[in-house]
Amino acid sequence: MLVQLLRRDLAQFFPFTGSGAALPVVFFVAVAMLFPFAVGPDANLLAKTGGGVVWIAALLAAILPLEKLVARDIDLGFFDQLKLRGMAEEATMAVRLIAHWLSFGPPLVLATFPAAALLKIEGESLQILLLGLLVGTPGLAAIGLMIAALTASLRAGAALSGLLLIPLALPILIFGAGALARSDPVSLGFVAAISLALVAIAPFAAGAAIRAAREN
Amino acid sequence: MQASPPALSAHDLACRRGDRLLFRRLSFALEAGAACHVTGANGAGKTTLIRALAGLMTPCAGEVRRAGTLGLLDERSGLDPDLPLGRAMRFWADMDRLGFPALESCYDRLGLDSLLEVPVRYLSTGQKKRAALARLLGQRAQIWLLDEPLSGLDTASQSLVSKLVREHCGRGGIALIASHQPLDVPGMTSFAIEDYRPPLPEGWEDEADGERHTHAPSTPTQPPPQGGGA
Repeated sequence: MLVQLLRRDLAQFFPFTGSGAALPVVFFVAVAMLFPFAVGPDANLLAKTGGGVVWIAALLAAILPLEKLVARDIDLGFFDQLKLRGMAEEATMAVRLIAHWLSFGPPLVLATFPAAALLKIEGESLQILLLGLLVGTPGLAAIGLMIAALTASLRAGAALSGLLLIPLALPILIFGAGALARSDPVSLGFVAAISLALVAIAPFAAGAAIRAAREN
Repeated sequence: MQASPPALSAHDLACRRGDRLLFRRLSFALEAGAACHVTGANGAGKTTLIRALAGLMTPCAGEVRRAGTLGLLDERSGLDPDLPLGRAMRFWADMDRLGFPALESCYDRLGLDSLLEVPVRYLSTGQKKRAALARLLGQRAQIWLLDEPLSGLDTASQSLVSKLVREHCGRGGIALIASHQPLDVPGMTSFAIEDYRPPLPEGWEDEADGERHTHAPSTPTQPPPQGGGA
């Protein structure tokens, strides 16, 4: 049952198969493309600040899919039907977390190559950036899922979730972009640790949130 | 799956929505093969009762006992609106481990064959309801909780719902149907949710009755809802 659910969730959220799901990746590359236009083509400056821009773009791209992540399926009665078939909300949300990450984490990492080329990020910096995004995006996905589940029953949920994600994602941003600035991959360990903790909590928090959303 | 006979009972159930107590001291017991029709005006708490029985909502008092697999049909179909009906149905068939021939026969029963290529969001209300009924049929659950199964359906489909319920109960299943329309199921018990409404404090306007009173006095009093007061 879990495999079938994952397949369905992936089909919903994956770029190019899901409805408009490629948007976060396009958005991500667009920000990287705009930045050199805004600050000028100075390769030194770009290389110095580019990593931070990529991180901010990744963070903002993580906000885009949140609107559809949970609220739509609550309105559909989808989670209710799963519950009747004996599937715990935690399991449902764990599957959703995996699908959500797969649909924006790896595509973002791939999109980092063209973005890095535009921003003149090369060599070791590029490696740290890629590694950082790879370990940081699961954390962003977990925060996003929790927020999406918590705000699903609110009327202005979509707008609110963007605002909520930004402060919660700060630690990942600080350590992820910090590793780049000091060219020090050690702080990526912190990113990984934060991500791991968030990924561990998210299914339970999000599961409790959709259970609570049923009560009103 | 068909191991033990199903049972569904409620004991002193009370539910509220927001600040309002919808019903209290509601008790019933249904055994294998029983069908029960719950009537009540809009907003009386039929949906809340169904959701409490399904375990999707915690009642504020009392308890629900269930034995057997549970199928729910409400106004939300659970079918992905962007997918063609066939693929959306296939997902639930996979979840319910329903083979393709059995799924085909569900389509057949509800006349969905010609709609399988149509995206779910383009279906009409009645077509969506029929699809949801096919999903319920494919689930092969022992206890059916049906919330307004007749709304949006044409007369032919309405009598089909009665037929499906009769067959389901004939197989030893339990069906609890919340609807303000009548169903043709012999031996079906019924109760009105209004019978369990808490008395209002002195001087309070009764919402459901209040509306009736505010009509011009010349209009005759409306007949009580179908099947009310078992």
